[in-house]
Amino acid sequence: MSLILRIKKKFGLILKFLRKKNRLRIGIYGPPNAGKTTLANRILMDWCGGDVLGSVSEIPHETRRARLREGVTIEVNGKSVTIDIVDTPGLATKIDFHDFLKYGLSEEEAKRRAKEATEGVIEAIKWLDDLDGVILVMDATEDPFTQVNITIVGNIEARNLPLIIVANKIDLPNASPARIKAAFPQHTVVPISALKGLNIDALYRCIAEKFG
Amino acid sequence: MEGVQLNLISKERLEKMSSMEKLRMILDEVKSGTIVVLESGLTPEEEAKLIELTMLEIDHENFVGIEVETYPQKSGGFLSKLLGKREGRLTVIGPANKLKTLVKRNDLIKALVRP
Repeated sequence: MSLILRIKKKFGLILKFLRKKNRLRIGIYGPPNAGKTTLANRILMDWCGGDVLGSVSEIPHETRRARLREGVTIEVNGKSVTIDIVDTPGLATKIDFHDFLKYGLSEEEAKRRAKEATEGVIEAIKWLDDLDGVILVMDATEDPFTQVNITIVGNIEARNLPLIIVANKIDLPNASPARIKAAFPQHTVVPISALKGLNIDALYRCIAEKFG
Repeated sequence: MEGVQLNLISKERLEKMSSMEKLRMILDEVKSGTIVVLESGLTPEEEAKLIELTMLEIDHENFVGIEVETYPQKSGGFLSKLLGKREGRLTVIGPANKLKTLVKRNDLIKALVRP
């Protein structure tokens, strides 16, 4: 290996070590429409003066590119933690453009959305190798035993990354965070409504504790 | 005779294959309409890679993705944690337009196979 490459590699490791020490890079993961971008926007709204990270929509796969926001400082009980937030596209094992037609998109728009969504899934998976922790967002009104949830949890456990599971949408009448807790008893589950801000302080306490 | 083909792959056969061999075999079979049953399943990393490869193969006309049925990983013992070795569990993989999950629990999976 050339001297330049060796120096570059060494510096890269040092930079990574420093970044890990001072600022953790946290990925927000989950299936489509679980509320990942709504949560990212809520965090930014609460701690970055009203910024938003991305648009939200009832049409699945609204986020089709990962978005990074660096240096978000969260302060809880006098303790502060600064993290980089990566809002990732929803993970899925299948993407059928016909599903988007139901939302009134033209066939061309639906096909384009489906193509971009497949690229987004790949990007989200690639990001897993460059994270220091994960917030996994699940829709508390849905069955938590999906392949996507099982695969994400398995990969985070295999990488020994700290994990917080967010049981989102508790403002809806059929939400059951208990079902998520029963499905993944080995992990911390925080019930919230990212949209309404319900119990969001409990999540910030958990972030400070887990990633601080 | 019409019907859906099922390929049941033994743990022994899977152990002789590299990750990429396994994933390529699964995707080729599933794309041709076959449902693949893996006795020992895939590791979480292989599952993620399979999703990645599936996304690359989706053509939005004939192949729209896969349906995967498997149980959550059991929490390993001290030794498996120390060695970082995680064994997969029984896994069923099929084309998304043929295999549909009905019920998925910690210890029970019900699925429907469309002809």
